[in-house]
Amino acid sequence: MLEIKNLHVEVEGTEILKGVNLNIKAGEVHAIMGPNGSGKSTLAQVISGRDVYDVTNGEISYLGKDLLDMEPDERAREGVFMAFQYPVEIPGVTNSYFLKTGLNEIRKHHGLETLDAADFLKFIKEKAKLLDIEPDMLNRSVNEGFSGGEKKRNEILQMAVLEPKLAIMDETDSGLDIDALRIVADGVNRLRNEDRAIIIVTHYQRLLNYIVPDYIHILLNGKIVKSGDKQLAFELEEKGYDQIKADYSSIKTKLEETV
Amino acid sequence: MALAIKENNQLYITSFEEFEKNINGEAKNWLKDLRRQALTRFDELGFPTTRHEEWKYTNISPIAKENFIHGTESDAGLVQKDAVKKFDYDGLDAHTLVFVDGHFNADLSLIGDLPEGVKVKSLAEAFQTDTDLLEQHLARYAPFQDDSFTALSTAFMNDGAYIYLPENAVIEKPIHLLFLASDRNEPFITYPRNLIIAGKHSKATIIETYAGTSDNRYFTNCVTEVFCDENAYIEHFKVQEESSNAYHISTTQVNQLANSNFVSNALDFGGLIVRNNPGAILNGEGVESTLNGLYLGTGRQLIDNHTTIDHAKPHCNSHELYKGVLDGSARGVFNGKIFVRLDAQKTDAKQTNQALLLSNTATIDTKPQLEIFADDVKCTHGATIGQLDQDAMFYLQTRGIERDMARDILTYAFASDIIDRITIKELRDYCHHRVLVKLQQDRLEGIDKE
Ligand SMILES: Nc1ncnc2c1ncn2[C@@H]1O[C@H](COP(=O)(O)OP(=O)(O)OP(=O)(O)O)[C@@H](O)[C@H]1O
Ligand SMILES: [Mg+2]
Repeated sequence: MLEIKNLHVEVEGTEILKGVNLNIKAGEVHAIMGPNGSGKSTLAQVISGRDVYDVTNGEISYLGKDLLDMEPDERAREGVFMAFQYPVEIPGVTNSYFLKTGLNEIRKHHGLETLDAADFLKFIKEKAKLLDIEPDMLNRSVNEGFSGGEKKRNEILQMAVLEPKLAIMDETDSGLDIDALRIVADGVNRLRNEDRAIIIVTHYQRLLNYIVPDYIHILLNGKIVKSGDKQLAFELEEKGYDQIKADYSSIKTKLEETV
Repeated sequence: MALAIKENNQLYITSFEEFEKNINGEAKNWLKDLRRQALTRFDELGFPTTRHEEWKYTNISPIAKENFIHGTESDAGLVQKDAVKKFDYDGLDAHTLVFVDGHFNADLSLIGDLPEGVKVKSLAEAFQTDTDLLEQHLARYAPFQDDSFTALSTAFMNDGAYIYLPENAVIEKPIHLLFLASDRNEPFITYPRNLIIAGKHSKATIIETYAGTSDNRYFTNCVTEVFCDENAYIEHFKVQEESSNAYHISTTQVNQLANSNFVSNALDFGGLIVRNNPGAILNGEGVESTLNGLYLGTGRQLIDNHTTIDHAKPHCNSHELYKGVLDGSARGVFNGKIFVRLDAQKTDAKQTNQALLLSNTATIDTKPQLEIFADDVKCTHGATIGQLDQDAMFYLQTRGIERDMARDILTYAFASDIIDRITIKELRDYCHHRVLVKLQQDRLEGIDKE
């Protein structure tokens, strides 16, 4: 579904991603872990189409299409979704209008009827209830004055409404209490099926107890230095990134020596 | 460049003589004198150029140089009945006075029943019936000494609305003053002049609408004076919908006595060159004064708001929030003067001005101007000028919303902040809709209903 090849990304002349390769098939859940500043959000934002990042090399294909050639809204209509690490506040736009407009744009794109206000309200209320979101939050401005946890849950609500094919969750677990974490994980697991792929960016093994990934990748300084199954998260928890870094640099030195 | 343009003064003087001959036969001496003084003052001032501090960013030379026709009669034949309907805010139940080219038109108006003692009529009529009150209030609040346009208005004042609320009078329905400009070929000038006298503990809502009925060129030079006696509460709306080639220069000057409350919302959608001078003197303790405004400029529009809040007495609060959206090559000007006089301790004055520039060729000049002579006061002011929030744009796009639509949603949200404060539902709906039309998009269907 998603193939990332040798992706190099710069921001204002500084290289942040230094040759990322990633292959994700429908039905899979991949976790990406890595220390602060290693480029996880950059990767997520580039997949979503944020234009402040310059892709200097490499390619991303999504369902056989050149993803980098598409506008962010086109990507969204084709099923790409990112839950933001820092959801944006939009004063003056109600959450429900925001959700309805997005959903209807996507439905139009797929030749489906748009939902009117009444139908949408019914639909959204059910979704909100599943995520334990107060109906009142739907009438408030998007993310404005939401608590950290409410913002994260609101991202998952959007995901539940838009039903993406490829969902990227950028640290959706950080700032969530243990109950909210379970609710969010249930929300994600409900979406999990053989047609969908999910990328989870996280710092904590905790979330991966609830959403068990098929693969875990470790992103270090702009490169994926290690991939493995869910065991890798435990290893990481035990050793920390320093050990991984040390392992990686010794491998790297050896590789360079052999070259 | 000179400080003033005087090349057209003779036109105004000749027109004035003509005007005086026609209407001054029965005029009282004080009125005759007042008009003459004002004309003399205009003759001295001429029209300001951009070298004049108050007109630095607003070049009105197209107005100064135009040979406007004076003395247009009220000719309802020149406006269609549906013109009234277009601006009746979806049949809003109101006491409505319609003016055509500055003159009251009884056929198009519907004043309806009013509480005992309340007077809502044309100023032309009031010159016959309410001379004492007029002498007491007219031209007392909007000074013409330093203002060419107010001087002209005072010289040529003849018609407009006259509203008198006696003590304790409460008017439930809004009073709507609708000034329509007819579809004449020649450029013409009108001088709507309004006087609102709100007695102690009186309460009313007043809407002024200025609207064009075609895309012709004309000049509305209007002045509204408001006197709020103690504890009066006046809610005021001014909707400016002049034609796309029209000039609109307005002064709204309010004099507030103790514990009165004046709330104004100015909404500028139309016009080519627009200058508004809303001002309030907080002339008693415990006064509340609010001046809010929204202006939307596109194409080559120039919209200039020069507000003045004058804290003359202690313990008063003033609030100002102006928001502008400028697209195309439109230009905006905001100048917010706040005076806090020596006597005005415990003043709380707040001013915010925000402008959103949607294109690279749109511009805004903005300047707060605080002159504070008292020491125990709270004055805050803030101005922000910006483009659309790119993080918000991206966020909307990642939810499937295309760029143009995202842009409109954010612009609409920015403007809604002012519109949502409009207490009259019909007017609020009108403005929401108007913003959408002005953004020239029909994509935002439903945003105003949620
Ligand atoms: N818009 C930007 N402008 C400048 N630098 C940026 C920008 N975005 C990211 N960076 C830099 O790129 C590096 C990677 O940032 P990124 O946000 O991708 O890290 P991350 O792995 O998501 O970190 P965290 O775990 O803290 O969320 C950081 O050094 C960051 O400062
Ligand atoms: Mg991050």
